[in-house]
Amino acid sequence: MLLFALRRLLLAIPLLIGITFVSFLVISLAPGGPLDFLTPEDPNASAEVKQKLIQEFGLDQPLHVQYGRWLARVVRLDFGRTFLPDGKPVLVKIRERLPITLLLNVIEMLIILGLAVPIGVLSATRQYSLYDKITTIFVFVGFATPDFWLALLLMFLFGVQLGWLPISGLRSLNWEYLPFWKQQWDVVGHLILPLAVATFGGLAGFSRYMRQSMLEVIRQDYIQTARAKGLPEPTVVGKHALRNALLPVVTILGLSLPSLIGGSVIIETIFAIPGMGQLMVQSVFSRDYPVVMGNLVIVSALTLVANLIADIAYGLVDPRIRLGGRRRRR
Amino acid sequence: MAGGRSSELRQFWRMFSRNQLAVAGAVVVGLLVILAALAPALAPWDPSKLDTKRILHPPSKSHWLGTDQLGRDVLSRVLYGSRISLAVGFVSVGIATVIGVLLGSAAGYHGGAVDNIIMRMVDLMLVFPRFFLLLAVLALLKPSIWTIMAIIGLTGWMGVARLVRAEFLTLREREFVIWSESIGAGTLRVVFRHILPNALAPVLVAMTLGIPAAILTESGLSFLGLGVQPPYATWGNILNDGKDVLEIAWWMTLYPGLAILITVLSYNLVGEGIRDALDPRLRQARLGRVIRIGR
Repeated sequence: MLLFALRRLLLAIPLLIGITFVSFLVISLAPGGPLDFLTPEDPNASAEVKQKLIQEFGLDQPLHVQYGRWLARVVRLDFGRTFLPDGKPVLVKIRERLPITLLLNVIEMLIILGLAVPIGVLSATRQYSLYDKITTIFVFVGFATPDFWLALLLMFLFGVQLGWLPISGLRSLNWEYLPFWKQQWDVVGHLILPLAVATFGGLAGFSRYMRQSMLEVIRQDYIQTARAKGLPEPTVVGKHALRNALLPVVTILGLSLPSLIGGSVIIETIFAIPGMGQLMVQSVFSRDYPVVMGNLVIVSALTLVANLIADIAYGLVDPRIRLGGRRRRR
Repeated sequence: MAGGRSSELRQFWRMFSRNQLAVAGAVVVGLLVILAALAPALAPWDPSKLDTKRILHPPSKSHWLGTDQLGRDVLSRVLYGSRISLAVGFVSVGIATVIGVLLGSAAGYHGGAVDNIIMRMVDLMLVFPRFFLLLAVLALLKPSIWTIMAIIGLTGWMGVARLVRAEFLTLREREFVIWSESIGAGTLRVVFRHILPNALAPVLVAMTLGIPAAILTESGLSFLGLGVQPPYATWGNILNDGKDVLEIAWWMTLYPGLAILITVLSYNLVGEGIRDALDPRLRQARLGRVIRIGR
């Protein structure tokens, strides 16, 4: 098992380097380099800023030298300073916001798993029933609903019309003056709408996948055997079938992490949640390149780590994977 | 092979037409294409005509879907927006498909180091949360309809590459491929004449499912204000305008979003219908679905 984990870890290293390379390439591929953008339009782009930029990126050097220098700093988690007036180090900005995005995504994933597994299992065991048809419709509509639109509709309904839920930020203005339990409740209230929107799209995908996986397992011989030897149906489904059907879902969870995290861009922007996604959008608008690059590297590296954990977890629960060496993807 | 192919087609059609949802989806897709093509003739108003006397009017007989902050007709803007969405959908999926087919067939046919390098590239691209990557690129490029098409295409080829590679891996061992190689057919001929045509079915499914995904991505970017820019009307930027006046002008939010929902839903139904009709040969296309989760 240790060997398996180690091999996965080694395989991740080139990917990590790849992440920094692509992120660097993205910035340097801009026609004329990042300077070109600041100078003509932006009145703030004084000679001083320009000089700072040239230093920051070593733009007078050939590309591979620039990459090497940049990488040497990134390895020490030094992403430079923001172009904004406060001039904070990029890492500080990211550290302020990362926990929020992580928290949102972890909760989101737990909700998705908690709901998708029973939904998927029920529609598989009652294939073609009314329940199955309704969930299938839900899945298709869920796939097709733009998350930002859903967010706006829910804001309009629950925030504006009914006034039940707060629609922006993580805390009310008077948060500090609330008693302890009210404070907790206040944060929960602020999280309900963003989490509902974030969960919706992913839920559709996962319950569909869970159904599919369950349908495949149920047809297997060992399920027939379990039934034949007289086990009650709940045991057959809940124990024998579910365990095996869950395996591929772990992989899918890992594979779909990037898109779940990517979803936080829109959700955080709409609900004014100060996380990585909102930071990214703000920095893109203000053309704050050090923050953009730092953000991209950190988010992707974290995705890689999460993928790795999912991979290793898969090896843990399914010995075939770590012993066979090859991963069963479908 | 010719006779086999047309009977295969007939078989496919029989399966597809039995699926009512897929057929309904296909009809809606057809209608949407016609609406987009005829938008200039159908739109009751000029989509960028300002009218200061009719600012934020609710839906009425003269403006079926109401007007926006500048007195522009929302219906006309939604109609014109469909042209942008479809164009972005088709072109970016075209780009993604070309890249995916080329890299996927190179990887699957050559195997070995080429395969290894290409598949690691795929892994790498899949690690990036796509929206973050798109935004990083947009920080540097001026967002225009062409940039949007290009970057959505350039970040969306990995699923196709994987599918094509998987098809190639099995096809290159088949007798007809080995025969044509043994009688001296060149690599290009073997790949493009013999293997590729047989690998296209899953690509078709991936393309049909890729178009709605691209439309969602484009509208998301435009909604953030980083996609297709005004004066072009797109569903995303109508929603962006509408978000500021959500409390007083719900029609600016409801209708463009419905347009996206209906469009994406019908393409997905068609895509799934095609896949089911091609089943069981296409079981592995499920991988495409996996990658699509959460867009």
